[in-house]
Amino acid sequence: MQSAAAPTRAGSRLCKRCGERKAALKRPKTLEQICRECFYIVFEDEIHQTIVDNNLFKAGERVAIGASGGKDSTVLAYVLSELNKRHKYGLDLFLLSIDEGITGYRDDSLETVKRNELQYGLPLKIVSYKDLYDWTMDDIVKAIGLKNNCTFCGVFRRQALDRGAALLKVDKIVTGHNADDIAETVLLNILRGDIARLSRCTFITTGEDGPIPRCKPFKYTYEKEIVMYAYFKKLDYFSTECIYSPNAYRGFAREFIKDLERMRPRAILDIITSGENFRISTTTRMPEQGTCERCGYISSQKLCKACVLLDGLNRGLPKLGIGRTAKVGARADGSGEQQGKRAERNRLSLQGKHGNLDF
Amino acid sequence: MAAASSSSCGGAGCGAHCSSSTSSAAEDAPEVGLGRLSISGASASCGKCGGGAVVVVAGGVGLCGECLRAQLFGKFKLAVTSNAMVRPTDSVLVAFSGGPASRVALQFIHEMRSKAIGSWDASNSQALPVFNVGVAFVDESVLLSMPECEVELATEDIKSIVSSLLPGDKAMHIASLDDVFSSESNSKDGEDRLRELVGMITDDTGREDLLQCLRMLSLQKIALENGYTKIMLGSCASTIACHVLSATVKGQGYSLPADIQYVDARWEVPVVLPLRDCLAQELSLLCEFDSLKTQQLLDRPCGGINGLIASFVARLREENPSREHTIVRTAQKLKPFPFNKFSANGYHDFLPSRLRPKFQHVDSDEPAFSEVLCLICRSPFSESELQNLESTRHNSQKKIDLYTACCCQSCHVQILPGGRNLYDHFFSLLPKFWTERVDTASASHSSLRDQIEDYLLEDDDDGN
Repeated sequence: MQSAAAPTRAGSRLCKRCGERKAALKRPKTLEQICRECFYIVFEDEIHQTIVDNNLFKAGERVAIGASGGKDSTVLAYVLSELNKRHKYGLDLFLLSIDEGITGYRDDSLETVKRNELQYGLPLKIVSYKDLYDWTMDDIVKAIGLKNNCTFCGVFRRQALDRGAALLKVDKIVTGHNADDIAETVLLNILRGDIARLSRCTFITTGEDGPIPRCKPFKYTYEKEIVMYAYFKKLDYFSTECIYSPNAYRGFAREFIKDLERMRPRAILDIITSGENFRISTTTRMPEQGTCERCGYISSQKLCKACVLLDGLNRGLPKLGIGRTAKVGARADGSGEQQGKRAERNRLSLQGKHGNLDF
Repeated sequence: MAAASSSSCGGAGCGAHCSSSTSSAAEDAPEVGLGRLSISGASASCGKCGGGAVVVVAGGVGLCGECLRAQLFGKFKLAVTSNAMVRPTDSVLVAFSGGPASRVALQFIHEMRSKAIGSWDASNSQALPVFNVGVAFVDESVLLSMPECEVELATEDIKSIVSSLLPGDKAMHIASLDDVFSSESNSKDGEDRLRELVGMITDDTGREDLLQCLRMLSLQKIALENGYTKIMLGSCASTIACHVLSATVKGQGYSLPADIQYVDARWEVPVVLPLRDCLAQELSLLCEFDSLKTQQLLDRPCGGINGLIASFVARLREENPSREHTIVRTAQKLKPFPFNKFSANGYHDFLPSRLRPKFQHVDSDEPAFSEVLCLICRSPFSESELQNLESTRHNSQKKIDLYTACCCQSCHVQILPGGRNLYDHFFSLLPKFWTERVDTASASHSSLRDQIEDYLLEDDDDGN
C-alpha cells in the first residue's frame, strides 16, 4: 500500500521551479516548494541581482567582509566568493574579523573564521580590542558589569571594523545584515522616534561620505534562508550566542517580526519597502559629520563615542558617555522621554544581534 | 486608507467603528476600571489642582477626574480650532461606533455646540450661524453571527445614547454596511453581494481592511446624502499608533502620512480626527469617570496582522505608557500630503483675521499632487505604483488590467483574490462608486481607442 501511495505523493511534490526534481523545502520567503538545487540558484541569483541593481561593486575593488564566524557572515563570505568567480566581479575579497576578547565565545568563533580562511581561500585580518584600546571585553565587563557592556562593544566594534579596513586598504566593507535585521531596525526607529535614522536605515550602502563605505548585499535576504543555505551547504559556522548578552536577540521587535513572518512571509520585505518609501523631508537634520579631535575618526561631536567611552574606562568612570546617568529620578514624561531617546540614540542602530535592544 | 477608523486598536478605547474585542462596557465595573489606572498610594492628590483623588497618571503627573477631563477637552478643542476643523456653517457627522473614543468625540463636540448656541443666543448680531451635528452608526451585524434580538438591543442602546444628549436635536443615521451596494441597479441583494465579496478575500487582514474601506464609504454615503460637510472620527493616538505600524508592515510607508493627520480632505466629505493626541486608556477612563455610556457589543474582534499589532502595541504600552505617543510623533514627522489641510479658496474666511495668515501660507515649492489614489483604499500612489499604472494605461486594453493597476501594492497583495481569473468577478462585486472613478478617468483614453477600433488586430477584449 505504501509503495502505491509513494509515487502520487512524490508527484504532487515536484519542485515548483524546475518541475523535475523532488521538492525538498518550502522557501521561507515565498513558501514555494522547491528542490535544493533550485534553492541554491534562486538564493544566489537574488543576491547577485541585488549587487548588480544597486551597483554595489566596481571591478578591481578591494572588499573586506566583516566576518564574525556566525551564519550570516559565513554565508556572505561563501556566496560572495562564489559570485565573484561566477560573474567575474573582479573583486579582491578579504575576511576582516574583530577580536573583542570574550573568552569562551569570540576565541571559538575566530577559530571558525580561520578555517573559513582556508576553505574559501580568502586572506584574513584580525583586529583586536586589546591592540586598539588596550581593553578586552572581558576586562570591560569586569570593570562595569553586565549592564551597558553592549554599548561599549558596539561602539568599539564599529570603529574597529573601519580601522581594520583601513589597514587592509580596502575600498568597501560588506556586512551580513539581513532583511530581518533591517526590518527590525525600521520598526525600532519608529518606536523610538528617530526620524533621521529611519530615513537611512534602509540604505543598502552607508557611509559613502566617509572613508570606507559599507554595504549590505543581504538586504533582501531572509534570515531563515541564510540558515537554510548554510545548513544544506554544510557550511562551517559558529552558532553560539554571545555570553555577555545571551538574550540580545529576543527584543520585543525581533519576536514581533518572527510572528509576523509566520503570518505573512512577505511582511519583512514590505517593512523594508515602507522604510524606503517613507516621505521624509530632505531637510531632516542629520548630525554633522566631523572628525574626532583625539583619534581622527569620524564623529559628530568633538570627541568620537569610542574615545569618550574609553576615556571613562581609563579614568574609572565607566558611566561616562552612557547617557542615562544624569537625573535618573526625573524620568517623568518630557525630560525622561528625551533622555531615554538620547540614550537610545547613543547605541548603534544596526547592532541587532549584539546591542541591547530590549529598550 | 481610512486610518481614521483603523480596526486595530490595541485597547479598550479606540477609533470610531473600531473593532476591539475588549468589549467591557463602561457601566460594567467602574471601580475596577479606575483601580486599574490609579496609583497605588490612594492618598495622592491631583498634581494639577491639588484636590481630588488621582485617577490617572498622565505625563508623569497624577490627575483627578476633573483635571483629566479638562486636559482631554483641551486637546480636543485645540485640535479643532488650530486646524479650523469646524466652521460655523458646517454640518458635522460624528461617526459613532459605540466605543469610548467616539463616545468622547461625540460628547466633546456636543459640548462645543451647546456652548456656541449659548453665545449665539447672547450675541447681538447673531451674524455667524452655529454648526450642526449629526451622528452616524455603521451597523456591521450582517457579517456577525449574532442573534437578531441582541443586535436590536445594541442598536437601541446606541440610539438612546445619542438621544440622551440634550438638547436632543441630533439627527441619527444608522446604515447597514451593505447599504453601500444598495443604490445600484444590479439586481443582486446588497447583503449577498457584501458576503460574496468578503468571502472572495483569502487573507484575514485583507478582509478586515476591505471592511474598513467599506465603512468609510458608508460614512461618506450618509454624509453626502444628508448634506454633511465634515465627518468626525474618534481615532485616538493608540489607534493611530497601531495604524502606523500596520501600514509599515503592509508596505504602505509612502501613503502612511495621509492617514494620520488631523485633516484628511481626499474624500468627497473631508474627515477630521480631533482626538489624535489622546490615548485610548485615558478616553475610556473618562467614559468611566463621567459615566458616558458605551456600547461595544457589535464590535468584531480584530485578527490577522492587525490583531498581532494590537497585542504588540499593548505590550509596548505596558513597558512604557508613552510609547504610543512616540510612535505617533515619529509618523507625524513624515511629510503629509496636500490634501491633509483645508485649502479651498475662502475656506478660512470665517477665522479672525489675525489667525488667517497661519492657514493661508502656501508652500510654493511643493510639487503639484498627482491625485492618483488607490481604487480600494484611497492611498496615494508611490512612484513605482504610478509607473506601473502609466505603463498599463499605455499597453493594456483590458479594463480589468486597468482596475488592477489602480489598486495599490498593498491592496493587490492582501485584498485582490488569489487567481487573476477571479479578478473580473471581484471587480464586478465592488461598489460601483469605486470602479466608476476609474471608468471616468479611462473614458477619454478608450474613446480614442473607439475611433481606431476597426484597425486594431487584437480580439475584442474590452469585455464589459
